[in-house]
Amino acid sequence: MSSTRYILIFTITMCVAVALMLSGMFYATKPAADRNEVVFNKRAILAAVGNYLPKPLASMSDEEVLQVFDNQVKPIAINMQGEELPEVQADQIDMGKERKKPEADRVLPFFIYSAENGDQYYIMSVRGSGLWDEIWGNIALRSDLNTVAGASFDHKAETPGLGAEIKDNPSFPRQFIDRQIYADDKLVAITVRKGGVRNPLHEVDGISGATITGDGVSEMLQRGLGYYQPYLERLRAQGGGTSMNN
Amino acid sequence: MADTAIQTAPVKEKEPLFGKKERKLITDPLNDNNPITVQVLGICSALAVTTQVYPSLVISIAVIFVCAFANLAISLMRNYVPKQVRMIVQLVVIATLVTVVELVLKAFNYVVWKQLSVFIGLIITNCIIMGRLEAFAMANKPWRSFLDGVGNGLGYGAILIIVAVLRELFGKGTLFAGSPIEWAIIGPGALLDTNKAWLSWYANNNLMVLPAAALFVIGVLIWVQRAYNKKLVDVS
Repeated sequence: MSSTRYILIFTITMCVAVALMLSGMFYATKPAADRNEVVFNKRAILAAVGNYLPKPLASMSDEEVLQVFDNQVKPIAINMQGEELPEVQADQIDMGKERKKPEADRVLPFFIYSAENGDQYYIMSVRGSGLWDEIWGNIALRSDLNTVAGASFDHKAETPGLGAEIKDNPSFPRQFIDRQIYADDKLVAITVRKGGVRNPLHEVDGISGATITGDGVSEMLQRGLGYYQPYLERLRAQGGGTSMNN
Repeated sequence: MADTAIQTAPVKEKEPLFGKKERKLITDPLNDNNPITVQVLGICSALAVTTQVYPSLVISIAVIFVCAFANLAISLMRNYVPKQVRMIVQLVVIATLVTVVELVLKAFNYVVWKQLSVFIGLIITNCIIMGRLEAFAMANKPWRSFLDGVGNGLGYGAILIIVAVLRELFGKGTLFAGSPIEWAIIGPGALLDTNKAWLSWYANNNLMVLPAAALFVIGVLIWVQRAYNKKLVDVS
């Protein structure tokens, strides 16, 4: 049996040594980890315009992702009233935290991607709930601000092989291409339909075994794209993406 | 640490680096004394992470690392650790190593870190590691303890990979999904890449990706192992 004094000295020494070592390591790896996070998020945004990138996203190195983002993407932060917020950096908005705020106070990221041929694509971020936890995605619109140019989804804890297919199976986001989010000037977004598409302009096929995740995607798009309405209307009134010029 | 060396020095018994006993420390946990199929430890993570091969591989490597170095560290300290707080000391050592793994993954393989997220932290609660510290490292010399840690990590990892291969192949039709060498092998997924299309009529079995399937697969593995390894059969 060791004395209380020895136990105290032993545990305190050990804790201090471990704490110093771990905090040292934390600061040593932090720059790399932060950069990885930035690249990861930018990749997710670029995935929505995956068909219009200089080369396939999967084969792009981290440097190329950052370069494309810096040169060809214009991030704009907006509020729920559709006003631009120049003081906020759009690529640093944490959608998870925004989701916890009251709706009126939220800030939204908006990205304008200029392809090499001069075409512009408008990328919006949406976030909602899947079966187990949060799901999120980025939707890119063509310059008519109606037709979808691409979409990418991710999730926190959906079941692999079922709900997780929204991310893992490239054919799911691919279905969104050329769908339209407006019907007769009214936002209908895009619905994930179980058991086969009935309206090919505004619906995509659901994944069997992932009905609740699919419903989550539908709800997320309906509500999330709704948040962008004031801004999209403003852009449309200006005649498309004129804000790129300022 | 130098003190340990002095203390153990008087023992003149010859200890080869890879003698028969040392080899047994590595091979025993692979079959006769496998932590999952024989001791039935570490089942929780074996059920949770084995939906895909790549994350299972990363977790296995992490467990081998943590188990080996935790064993080594505890063995070096074994004569100084106050007996009353030995479990806490063991936990601190394990938690430190797991945090190191997490920081390294976050800095060098962010995508895998994202994918595994909470499971990395859960290595701390893996019963195998604490079990080895308490049962082996507290009573054995550093080198043997290190080998014991590697052996048990390998034994755990081997089962994880076998289960993950079966679950991913039949549940998703792929192998190593999410890694740089992703293969779509069977089922509709293989059609996306026509060069590898094989058995495209196969419909993915969604049961395989659910935790229950891991339980079945591990059960079958235990059965198969016992059919071949008579040492494990209880004769009484």
